[in-house]
Amino acid sequence: MTTTPEPEGAEAAPPPPARPRRPWWRRRGPRAGALIGVLTLLLGFALAVQVRNTDTDQVLAGAREEDLVRILEEVTSRGQRLREQIADERAALRQLTSSDSRSAGALEEARLRADELGVLTGTLPAVGPGLRLTVRDAGGTMRVTDLLDTIQELRGAGAETMQVDGVRVGLSTAVTGQPGALLLDGRPITAPYEFLVLGDPQNIETALNIPGGVVQSLTGRGASVVVTQEAELLVDAVRPREEPRYAAPDDD
Amino acid sequence: MIPILGLAAGVLLGLLFDPTVPLWLQPYLPIAVVAALDAVFGGFRARLDRIFDAKVFVISFVSNVVVAALIVFLGDQLGVGAQLSTAVVVVLGIRIFGNAAAIRRHVFRA
Repeated sequence: MTTTPEPEGAEAAPPPPARPRRPWWRRRGPRAGALIGVLTLLLGFALAVQVRNTDTDQVLAGAREEDLVRILEEVTSRGQRLREQIADERAALRQLTSSDSRSAGALEEARLRADELGVLTGTLPAVGPGLRLTVRDAGGTMRVTDLLDTIQELRGAGAETMQVDGVRVGLSTAVTGQPGALLLDGRPITAPYEFLVLGDPQNIETALNIPGGVVQSLTGRGASVVVTQEAELLVDAVRPREEPRYAAPDDD
Repeated sequence: MIPILGLAAGVLLGLLFDPTVPLWLQPYLPIAVVAALDAVFGGFRARLDRIFDAKVFVISFVSNVVVAALIVFLGDQLGVGAQLSTAVVVVLGIRIFGNAAAIRRHVFRA
């Protein structure tokens, strides 16, 4: 009755010829029916479970070894990339932190340098060892050149900063006027001229007292010079800060 | 009627209990399901051909499942589990298609 070739399952066993032909639905006993029911029930059960399992995210647990190896490799390489990223970020963070502390140190150093420069240029009050030089000059023998010579001599002997009669001497200090009416930076100074000098007191006194030096030439012309070394001297006169108008710092 | 009832009841039970497939069974369950489906299609075709035999059906069902699982297991042991399970699915699929064609001829006379 079938026109197909051999059925493909083993189900196509020839009917037992000995038995009388019965309708197909009568051919199985209750036991066989129960067995078929159990088997198909199992099949349906497995089918549903499998569908459910594939639905839910348990694909990984059912995956084969080579798939798992591939997935593992992917995850590993991704972890590697992430770790490299973390290392990069950490390095960047370290760099930023250290540059922060470096710039703080640079700022501190710059402040220190500004203070030193302020002392040297006379924009800040200064304190330290030095000497007091008093020139009593009744007859107006102190000329502009004498005052200039004195200042230069003091500088040459290592005076770091000084003031004369309450006028701070800086880089651009001008000495002008007439004998007896000297002007320092345009401000009058009068005898007795009192120099407050910060520097090595011994060196400066030696330099002042050398033959042909400041003290000798001034006393030779009628002035009296008193030099006293001081362990602690306050130079409290300050000069206004001068902004350079033309010169700019070279940042290179 | 019994197979249809059994299938429906099984699906219902599976959805209801939703058990977790043990790990050792997970590679074999899909193959076993496909093999069993092949047996069911074969049985349905045999019924339409009026040569259905319960004993043959049961034995073919069980042996189909066992052989399919065995092949996959062997493949896993040999390191070609993925390929062999693909091969089993392809072969069973062809058989299911053949049986389905026979059933179609019976049902639709075409």
